[in-house]
This record gives sequence, structure tokens and C-alpha cells, in this order.
Amino acid sequence: MNSTVIKTIATRELAAYFESPVAYVFLVVFLLLAGFFTFSLGGFFELGEASLNAFFNWMPWLFLFLVPAVGMRLWSEERRQGTMELLLTMPVATWQAIVAKFVASWLFLAIALLLTFPLVITVNWLGDPDNGVILAGYVGCFLLAGAFLSVACFTSALTRNQVIAFILALVLCLLLILCGFTPVTSLLARWAPQALVETVAAFSVLTHFEGFQKGVLDSRDLIFFFSIMAFALFTTGVVIRSHRAG
Amino acid sequence: MIKVQNLSKWFGPKKAVDGISFEVVKGEVLGFLGPNGAGKSTTMRMITGFIPPTAGTASVCGFDIVDNPIEAKRRIGYLPEAAPSYHEMTVFAFLNFAAEMRGLRGDARRKAVGQAVESCSLQGVLSQTIETLSKGFKHRTCLAQSILHDPEVLILDEPTDGLDPNQKHEVRSLIRRMGTDKAIIFSTHILEEVEAACTRAIIIDRGRIVANGTPQELKDRADNAGAVSMVLDGPATDQVQARLGALAGVRKVEVLESQPPHSFVRVYPDKAATDGYALAGAVAELAVREGWKIEQLHTEEGKLDDVFRSITLPDTQPERQVA
Repeated sequence: MNSTVIKTIATRELAAYFESPVAYVFLVVFLLLAGFFTFSLGGFFELGEASLNAFFNWMPWLFLFLVPAVGMRLWSEERRQGTMELLLTMPVATWQAIVAKFVASWLFLAIALLLTFPLVITVNWLGDPDNGVILAGYVGCFLLAGAFLSVACFTSALTRNQVIAFILALVLCLLLILCGFTPVTSLLARWAPQALVETVAAFSVLTHFEGFQKGVLDSRDLIFFFSIMAFALFTTGVVIRSHRAG
Repeated sequence: MIKVQNLSKWFGPKKAVDGISFEVVKGEVLGFLGPNGAGKSTTMRMITGFIPPTAGTASVCGFDIVDNPIEAKRRIGYLPEAAPSYHEMTVFAFLNFAAEMRGLRGDARRKAVGQAVESCSLQGVLSQTIETLSKGFKHRTCLAQSILHDPEVLILDEPTDGLDPNQKHEVRSLIRRMGTDKAIIFSTHILEEVEAACTRAIIIDRGRIVANGTPQELKDRADNAGAVSMVLDGPATDQVQARLGALAGVRKVEVLESQPPHSFVRVYPDKAATDGYALAGAVAELAVREGWKIEQLHTEEGKLDDVFRSITLPDTQPERQVA
């Protein structure tokens, strides 16, 4: 019963993306921007490497804006429309509903990521890249998207207003990026002890994303991303429970 | 099948529900009455497990809603107050989703959805998205969702709100029909509805139960229930008043109009002394003995409306939004 309920909710949620124009707008914008970043800003050709580094380098920044856009409606919409009352009085535990909705959006992001396959074909056509590294990069992107999404899930539970949920998620995700962003860490290094700089940077998604870009699947990085997701989803549950308790 | 004991809910410093206890057995249709903000919806939300009670317990078919929520919820069909639904879905997809959530698969699901669609007359709008529907259809779609798994317990928060008179009638007969083998609670503002569909009614005011009984029992609580109104031709009004007042079992005699030679009086029974509706005979007998000419005589039936107004107080506070 447990998993079927999760599957039912997740299926409905995923279908909901494609029943509204949101999915198509998102996919088109994502793919256009991914292409733009990779080829123009990333300097895919100028790098002269048979790799997708130009693509992966920009993904955290692209996800920063687009993932909160995907996650912002998750719970705020349920609250606005009052369907949360319907959903949570059905025979389902709150955590199942949270996980189901999260998984659905995560799958949607996975679909978006998979649609960048022409890049993989292009780079294989032009050169002889290490496809293992590319695969690791994609795994990193997927986990990064999941981490951002869980944050958006949390902020969307806070408010029935999607715009507020979006902005809050964006700010929180930005913090997760900035604490490991080189300009910020070097600024910090001017006065803070090395240990502090490293501690702060350890909380950054950038620090943990780098490994995947190099083709390294480090268990510490995996644990980092999964803990962010677990923590954010747990917090979502706390927020929802406190709303219901009044 | 529904057992509520001492259920209470505080929203911050405000007590929304204050120690409510009642039971609903199979075959009963319980009407929930009360002014806005009296705690009807909050009580229903606690019974359905949407909001946790501050104190007290509610159980459905023996399953406590706090300790064993999944088993309890499985046996409940619930229509929330504003009849919410996923607006971007079609009616058909939405009902299938609800059926799957209730663990119905394959043929069982098809049959359940088909029956709910028929009961709520949704055949014509199955492939429409819910957002394009009129309020009445939206409401019935959500109602269909609540009955499709044939639950033992039905909790309906204002099921006829926003429906036209024909639809109201249909929903009421649906409730009455289903009431024979289920335990149903429904809330309403419409008092005729209670008389039309309920076997019992509870009136809630400021979070407390102020009346609990069959619609007839409640009506008997009205001040003029069982009172005899009559128009007499001939005798002087003060004489009539004096004689009637002396009659056994009369609490008070009220002169409504005096236009010689006619007098229009109402005789109120002393409910403690008589069963309330036996007064007409005694009054008529007296009139005959005195040689009064009776033009009209009838026994008043109490109005639920009057009872409701006499035992509840108007509430000006807005109803609290949850989540």
C-alpha cells in the first residue's frame, strides 16, 4: 500500500506538469539557456576539449533560477486551492505525500536533463570524450537539482504564494552556491582562518559538485546531497504539520 | 461508528472547539448546525484527521484518528468545505486518482468511478477539466470523490453549498439514501435541510454543543411549539384570556390581536406538565362549554429557525483559515 500511494500521487503530480503549459515553457527555456551557456558563455569550442565542462560549469547557475520555478508550486498550490485538505485526509501519511510530490518534480527535472542529450552526441561526434566523466557529471547535475528542489519544496510549504516561495528558494539556493564560490571564499580567506573558510565552503553545493565534474563519485559528495534533501524534506514535514496544528 | 470524546481545539488563545462529545451509529444522518465560526468545520477537520485535536479523541469504526490515522481515513469519505479539487485535471482523471488513492484497481476502480459519476450526475462533463466547470459541477465532482470508495463513514462539510434548488434536492436524497447503511455527518446552514435529511441534529455554538436531538425534539424546544392559536368570534378578549389562563397545563395566554368582536389569542402549553401537543382538545372543550364561537384553531409546530436563533448567538468573528 505504501509504495502504491506514493506512485499514485507522483504520477498525478508529474501529469500535472504536462497538463499545463508550465512543463513546455520550462523545457524550452531550460534547453535554450543550457545551449546558450554552453556554447556562448561557456566557450565550448574555444576550450578545445572533448568534454562537457562548458555545460556542467553553468548548471548550478541555471538550476538556481529554474529549479525553484519547478518546485515553487508543490505545496503552495495545494494550500491555495485547498486540495491539501483533500490529499491529507486520504489514507496517506504526510511523509508519503511529501516524498511523492518531490519525486515527481525530480523526475521532471531528470527529463529536462535527459533532453540535453544532443550535447553528448555533439561532443562524441566532434571528439573522443571520456563518457564516464560525462555520466558522472550528469549524476552530479541530477543530485544538485534534487538538492535545490528539496529547498524549493520546503519554501513552497511555507506560503500559499508561489512568488514568495520562488524568491525564498532562490535566496537559499544562492547561499548554498555562494559559500563555495571562489570570489566569496577568497574574500573570506583574507581575514578568516583557513579552517573556517573550509568549513563554510564544505556547505557549498559547488564544492561537492566539482567532484562529479571531474568524474569522481565520492561517497561524501553523495551523502552531502542526500542529507540536504533529507533535511529539507523533513523540514517540509514539520512546516506542514505546524500549519495543520494551527 | 463515529465516536467523539471531549474533542477540543485551541487556535492560539482562541478556543475553537470546547470539549465536544457525541456518537453517530450506522444508519444515522447527523446534521451539524451552528453559526459561522462556531467550530463545525474545525470539528470535522479533526474527525477526518486533517488537524490534530488539542485534547480529546475521535475514532472512526474503532480506529483512533490520531493513533491509527491511515486505517481511520480509509473508512472515511470527506467533502471539505470549499469542495477543493485539482483544477487542471479532467473530472474523469480526478476521480480515477481518488479511486487509486483508495486502493481501488482495475475493474473495481472502473465500477466505483462509474457509480460515483452516476450518483452525482457527472456523465456529461467527464472529459472536461475541472477549472472549466460551474460551481455546482465542481462541488459534485468533489462529492463524487468522497463516496466512490463506498466508505462506512461520510463527512460532508456543507454539501449543498452553491447548488441550485434541484441539485440541492438531489444531494439531499442521495444523503438520505446512503444514510441507511452508513454513518453520515453533514454540516449546513439551511435548516429545512436538517428536517429533510437528518435523523438527528446537533447545534454547536462557540465550540460547544448546545442542542442534540432529533429534528422534532429540537423543534419542540421552540417557545411556540405546541401552542394553540385561535380566532374567536364574540366573547370579550379579557374574559377569554382569564378563562384560558385558568386552564390546567397552560403556561401563558397571549393576545395577538383584539378587534371586537374578534379576538386572536395564542395559548402556550406548560411543557413540564403536558406532553406539549395535547392542548388543542382542552382549549376547544373550554370554548364549547363557554359557548364561544371558534373561527380558527390550530396547533403551532415549532420552527427550527426560532430554536436556532434562541440558543445561538451571532458571531462576528471571521472563520479561521487552516493551512
